[in-house]
Amino acid sequence: MPQESLVEIRNLNFSYDSRPILSGINMTIPRGKVVAVMGSSGCGKTTTLRLIGGQLKPTSGEVRVGGQVVHQLDASKLYALRRRMGMLFQFGALFTDMSVYDNIAFQMREHTDLPETMIRDLVLMKLHAVGLRGAHNLMPSELSGGMARRVALARAIALDPMLIMYDEPFAGLDPISLSIVGELIRKLNDALGASSIVVTHDVHESLKIVDYVYFVSEGKIVAEGTAEEMKNSTAPYVHQFVWGEADGPVPFHYPSRTTYGEELLEREVKRG
Amino acid sequence: MDNALLRFLQYLGNQVTRRIWRLGFASRFFLAIFLQSGTAFRRLNLTLREIYFTGVLSLIIILVSGLFVGMVLGLQGYDTLQRYGSTEALGILVALSLVRELGPVVAALLFASRAGSAITAEIGLMKATEQLSAMEMMAVDPIARVVAPRFWGGVVSMPLLAALFSAMGIFGGYLVGVQLIGVDEGSFWSQMQASVDFRQDILNGVIKSFVFGIIVSWVAVFEGYDADPTAEGVSGATTRTVVTSSLAILAADFILTAFMFRGA
Amino acid sequence: MSRTTIDIWVGFFVAIGLASLLFLALKVGNLASASSGETYTLQARFDNIGGLKVRAPVKSAGVVVGRVSGISFDPVNYVALVTMQVEAQYKFPIDTFATINTSGLLGEQYVGFEVGGDENMLKSGDTIKKTQSAVVLEKLISQFMFNKAAEDGATTATKK
Repeated sequence: MPQESLVEIRNLNFSYDSRPILSGINMTIPRGKVVAVMGSSGCGKTTTLRLIGGQLKPTSGEVRVGGQVVHQLDASKLYALRRRMGMLFQFGALFTDMSVYDNIAFQMREHTDLPETMIRDLVLMKLHAVGLRGAHNLMPSELSGGMARRVALARAIALDPMLIMYDEPFAGLDPISLSIVGELIRKLNDALGASSIVVTHDVHESLKIVDYVYFVSEGKIVAEGTAEEMKNSTAPYVHQFVWGEADGPVPFHYPSRTTYGEELLEREVKRG
Repeated sequence: MDNALLRFLQYLGNQVTRRIWRLGFASRFFLAIFLQSGTAFRRLNLTLREIYFTGVLSLIIILVSGLFVGMVLGLQGYDTLQRYGSTEALGILVALSLVRELGPVVAALLFASRAGSAITAEIGLMKATEQLSAMEMMAVDPIARVVAPRFWGGVVSMPLLAALFSAMGIFGGYLVGVQLIGVDEGSFWSQMQASVDFRQDILNGVIKSFVFGIIVSWVAVFEGYDADPTAEGVSGATTRTVVTSSLAILAADFILTAFMFRGA
Repeated sequence: MSRTTIDIWVGFFVAIGLASLLFLALKVGNLASASSGETYTLQARFDNIGGLKVRAPVKSAGVVVGRVSGISFDPVNYVALVTMQVEAQYKFPIDTFATINTSGLLGEQYVGFEVGGDENMLKSGDTIKKTQSAVVLEKLISQFMFNKAAEDGATTATKK
């Protein structure tokens, strides 16, 4: 049954220890598209990914992936669903006690009965796709940050997933690695016919590669649109974020009970 | 004043609830390990790998400590026994104290600080670097794949290490007592054999070390799994593993000893 | 590290671990000499068992032939009732003399059998009639001192 959208999020609320993280989120991830979720640090972007992956349960609302409501699945169905998802973690999260080769072969060995020769072909193919076929013998500790991210990317697509999620794929990368990773995200998505969700706060790199953008601030979606629309947006929050301004709707000052003037006066009074 | 008292009570209550909550969580976790142990047994090489890391890598410290503890027992025991003119009982003294108490307990304490802390640090770091989360997202249960093999590796290694410790200690006692001081070799061994009972002493020692193995492995994997995913969180968890498991070993030793050797 | 290297090390570790267990069982413990086979029960009444414990050895001519399996108080005769498991291969005449001895001055106490000459052998559940109680050291010392004092008293008396 063909469906327009792979992931649908409806009225999603999530709170952690009665502290609201997400409230009333609605998102649609169409098949074959790369969608970015942007926002400043700590606004609930990563939480959204975890809710899609079923690692967290929503307080209310629902996440549907391929028509299934994620938080209603039992353990075996959830695991079956996750086999068709790939996720790139913030700093790669490579298994440090395994070589690059074994990292990528991990899922194949865990979930399939493929013979080792075929696993070898598949692993080298995935590594070739990210340009690191020559590095298959290295341990994760011997990789640079950019290489580690690419290995993690190869691992995320190991089982040819239908949905790839990226948690801050650009964090802490040099400009060259940054554009390599950016380009890979787009290319792999199109080559695999998958859909991608990129959670990031790197505006410029992601606007180059994504089809659609959601802006999240304080647990709410404040703006959405295509990459082009966002660049030209006049909405104050989007403008501040895209152009990286220090002050604006997101204030420079941490909220305080008193104004600075009052505080100064108070001190004068105490001294007097 | 009232306020301070109230705050103190609140703090006390918080601490108690937190501890009980943690104990409950730890027990649930213990059960989960057993339920998820299929993989650890089906894919034996996962568990063998952990036996290597916990058991084989602890060999040196266990063997050397065992030798020295036995040698000290030989010296001290001889010094005490010669006052009563019964130095031929040295073998009994060395063997019984090692097989019943020192072997299981000291080996378990060393095991907690050598292998237990390493297990906690490893699992804690895997958590802090999101490796456990990544595994979960790859539809692999980290309890089955990471925790259970480490737990069983520890449980298997511990009795073997304790036996090695005791054997090495008896050899150390023999070196000092018989070779160095000159206690009669025949009476050293024969008195030992006459007084050390297989079921009463040796088997109970093995049971003890088995229980200690479960305690240390459980505490170690739990603290690692429950660690805050930060550098301080992992180092705190590592310390807690050593402290908690050492105290638990000594407490369990008392209880087990009271059951085993009562009235014997 | 490759899997085979790990396997070799783990194999080595398990082997020496089991070997040391075997060493403890055979060389340190009494598994080898333990009565693995059949035993039969004998009983004996003692006026005083001193420090005799359950699992203390039963020896005849210095050889361990069994173990004490139970010690209880006989409330009718006000004596100690000692139950022993003796290895089935060893038979003793019914006039065997059971004593409680001490190995060394302060060593452990054991039951000794001094064999008599009767042709009928003890059967399982039989009670040994002739027994001698443990030597209680305190009694021995006080006896010695009492004698000594008496002797001294006697010599001083004769001198006068």
